[in-house]
Amino acid sequence: MLAEHAVQRRSPLHERMKTGLEAPVCLTWELTYGCNLACVHCLSSSGRRDPRELTTAECTGFLDDLSAMQVFYVNIGGGEPTLRPDFWDIVDHSVSVGVGVKFSTNGTRLDAAAAARCAATDYVDVQISIDGADAATNDAVRGDGSFAAAMAALENLAEAGFVLPKLSVVMTRHNIPQIDGLRAIADRYGAQLRLTRLRPSGRGADSWDDLHPTQEQQRELHRWLLDHPDTLTGDSFFHLSALGESLPGLNLCGAGRVVCLIDPVGDVYACPFVLHDRFKAGSVRDEGGFATVWRDAPLFAELREPGSAGACASCGSYDACQGGCMAAKFFTGLELDDPDPECVKGHGEAALLRAAASGGSDRPHPGVGHGRGGPVPLALGPTRRMADAVR
Amino acid sequence: MTAVAGDARASLGAGQPWQLSAQVGLRPERFGALAYHYGTRRLVFLNDSVLTDVVRTLADHDDVPSALAAAGVPAAQRGAYTTALRRLADAGVISAR
Repeated sequence: MLAEHAVQRRSPLHERMKTGLEAPVCLTWELTYGCNLACVHCLSSSGRRDPRELTTAECTGFLDDLSAMQVFYVNIGGGEPTLRPDFWDIVDHSVSVGVGVKFSTNGTRLDAAAAARCAATDYVDVQISIDGADAATNDAVRGDGSFAAAMAALENLAEAGFVLPKLSVVMTRHNIPQIDGLRAIADRYGAQLRLTRLRPSGRGADSWDDLHPTQEQQRELHRWLLDHPDTLTGDSFFHLSALGESLPGLNLCGAGRVVCLIDPVGDVYACPFVLHDRFKAGSVRDEGGFATVWRDAPLFAELREPGSAGACASCGSYDACQGGCMAAKFFTGLELDDPDPECVKGHGEAALLRAAASGGSDRPHPGVGHGRGGPVPLALGPTRRMADAVR
Repeated sequence: MTAVAGDARASLGAGQPWQLSAQVGLRPERFGALAYHYGTRRLVFLNDSVLTDVVRTLADHDDVPSALAAAGVPAAQRGAYTTALRRLADAGVISAR
């Protein structure tokens, strides 16, 4: 009759979630492509602001629509969302119309005043991103000085009395060995650890081969997550459920069913990891706004249909992993009914070889690019510099 | 035992009024409703539309038994609904008033 967030997979409720909700539980809103960092795995290839970004009035109007739809909260990210001069006005408006805000920041601009502002506002959660438990590991991915900046931000939040910030880490080959160290950093600052899966999206397409975890590390991570059920994951690792025990959470791909993504110019995508025309459902600037896109977009109708197990049909673990992540498949050149490239049963490697042999080695290029030009290489040491602040 | 207002362990029996907690957003869905607690940031699923009606109308009634009766819950099912309401109380979705 009633279930809580940890819905058992294959429960009737789980099946109903797959056909979509009246409105997203939450959605991700990349507020700007402007960023003062240039992380090698940035999902949105951020760097420069887009001149077509939603205006302040469009942003508040969009939040009013979310409020009318009873969207409970919005995950604001970017780029670096605090670079928008109207960032705090947007946050305040969201809270005032009953839409909670969780915003994700690299911390570089979270000074004492900003921290105090966060602490004084109900319904605002703050998520600081790092990608390693030390500066060398982190800065190789996020740029020179970014680890120190994130720690300073956590310090500022703690001093302001902000309760339970999130410390968000994308799991890579280089930081999975540091997972206890990452937890220790979170504990030190009274933060909650949030671990998410690396995707080959945006600039992540270029860094995937260097960063994605090994099979052994995936098993290690699965065990660790089971041992630390208070860790937030954004339901990121449902492909690991094929290892046996399901992780806490919905354990399904929520794209277009439970979540979606709004980009800085108002385009609506199925999830934060598929910024590509193939997964664009419409725009909040369209007639009828976001509510119409959510309800009527053909793409979302397609995603709410029961999926085909495809190449996974003969695998006994399909019920557990649901074939894995759509974005991970798409951006590694696989078909959507292929196994996940990181399939824990090893079917991903074979699928990738098959795709390459059949001429499918041309991976789809990420649809958007707002970098400052040229690829952003993974640094072996802390040699990259933080880019100048974006105007 | 006197129930304290807002006490999650307060009686779900006769004489104790309840309400949907002020910090909770309740959104109807085809399967029932989603409840989001803005304080704990917890999302709770109400997988039953009658239960959703009961929760939504708690504040209009003097106690849980009269809310269940008004929602048309058969006597034989009231125990199950009360158990569900106890879980909602524990999650802070409903509170004693």
